[in-house]
Amino acid sequence: MKKNWKIISILLVLIIGIIAIGAYTFTGGNSGKQTLKIATTTSLEDTGLLEELETVFEKKYPNIDVQFIATGTGQALEYGKKGDVDLVMVHSKKQEEQFVTEGYGTQRYPFAYNYFYIVGPVNDPAKINGTNATTAFKNIHIKGSANPNKVKFTSRGDNSGTNIREITLWNATGADYNTIIRNQTWYLESGKGMGDTLTIADQKSAYSLSDSGTFLAFEGKIKLVPFVTQGKELLNIYSLIPENPQKFPKVNKDAGMKWVDFILSSEGQGIVENYGKDKYGQQLFIPLSGKPEPNK
Amino acid sequence: MNEILNGLIQAIELIVKCDPEVMSITLRTLEITFTSTLIGVLIAIPIGGLIYFKNFTGKRSLVNLIQTLYSLPTVLVGLLVFLLISNEGPLGNFQLLFTPGGMIQGQTILILPIITGFTITGLYGVKSEIKDLALSLGASDFQTIHTLMKEAKYALYAAVILGFGRAISEVGVALMIGGNIRGFTRVITTTMSLETAKGNLELSIALGIILLGISLLINLALNHFQEK
Repeated sequence: MKKNWKIISILLVLIIGIIAIGAYTFTGGNSGKQTLKIATTTSLEDTGLLEELETVFEKKYPNIDVQFIATGTGQALEYGKKGDVDLVMVHSKKQEEQFVTEGYGTQRYPFAYNYFYIVGPVNDPAKINGTNATTAFKNIHIKGSANPNKVKFTSRGDNSGTNIREITLWNATGADYNTIIRNQTWYLESGKGMGDTLTIADQKSAYSLSDSGTFLAFEGKIKLVPFVTQGKELLNIYSLIPENPQKFPKVNKDAGMKWVDFILSSEGQGIVENYGKDKYGQQLFIPLSGKPEPNK
Repeated sequence: MNEILNGLIQAIELIVKCDPEVMSITLRTLEITFTSTLIGVLIAIPIGGLIYFKNFTGKRSLVNLIQTLYSLPTVLVGLLVFLLISNEGPLGNFQLLFTPGGMIQGQTILILPIITGFTITGLYGVKSEIKDLALSLGASDFQTIHTLMKEAKYALYAAVILGFGRAISEVGVALMIGGNIRGFTRVITTTMSLETAKGNLELSIALGIILLGISLLINLALNHFQEK
């Protein structure tokens, strides 16, 4: 009898525990609504654009709860490869094309673009103002090596879309990223999102590569200024990729396509076009509005 | 210096005006943390009692192991639970990743060692005569544990507070398992980290004050009970 009591009490406890987990997930997780989970980049989330798109979308489809998991492009695609989300919104064309070719996603839907900015301290110790992206990175490398206390560069270092572009730009200067750039004392990896990285760059008076959306949203909070803002190498295209339902049968395909259609509709593209004008005084994203991807 | 002061003033404004975002984040945090603490207590205190009461080989090593796990890194728990509940993991079918349920699971695992360990230590703190007395009066094992736990109740309260404190203040599990989804899994700590990154210091400061306030209230409440 004594033994039984013990076993029963333990079992009860375990059962209560499991029921509590289950019940909570059920009420907190569903409540009759279907969810649309989107893995996306911090650059889209930090500007506040997604929140605005979500609000309008959820008014149109009140039974869909849109949920964003904001991380870097690399991580977002990893979530996508595991089928943990229904859709990804990212910005790194090569990785995206690979994602689709390998069968994880159905198709790329580019929806907006802007430019990466090379930003730095206002006194511009590496003299990059008015140059192009490759020359600017070359100058930072040369001046940084000569005087690592004055010239620094802060990298995301998190395999995000911005980080991948930055690595491409270093390699384009002829200095191999992995063997040369990464080991330099003037080269700092934050391992964090764009906002944090800009704050670190600002504190350390360092150069950095930022998407223009996040930078413009941060202007006024930091003292860095943009030096190089145009050119093909700095083109930054954002796309939507729904998960492949054949590979991941559990994904919410319908809600995913509704989201894609909404973003590409004139209403969605209008929100993208006008976003930031009243909040930051300028446009942050250029909608593609059905036009092909730009190449300069 | 001005930034800190302005932030502080705006933070207090946010709290006094019961800003809906601040309130909903606080409520969500409390819901999630209370649930994980409750589950943690329901599992850990009986287990702690059993370990104290039973003599078996390897008991000392087990207690040592539990005490080592007090400092279980939150990101390690995050990684472990992520591997378990991700779509491709063994529990993938339950679709718990990026939900409050997943966060509760992670936080519960995180605080189990602390509550179990403090239960054991607390029971050892009770004079052994009480145990002998209960047994000699013919109490069952279960009744004896119950008596001892009553004696050790202050230590058990402390165990619960410590567990709660660890769960409410952690970021690793909340970020890796919850995904910091606005209005769904975004809690005080992950909001603070995000808003600081975005440069919205006043919201971070407001939530920081609330986080401290919650701990203070809980401690006051427990002190009140202890004095009774």
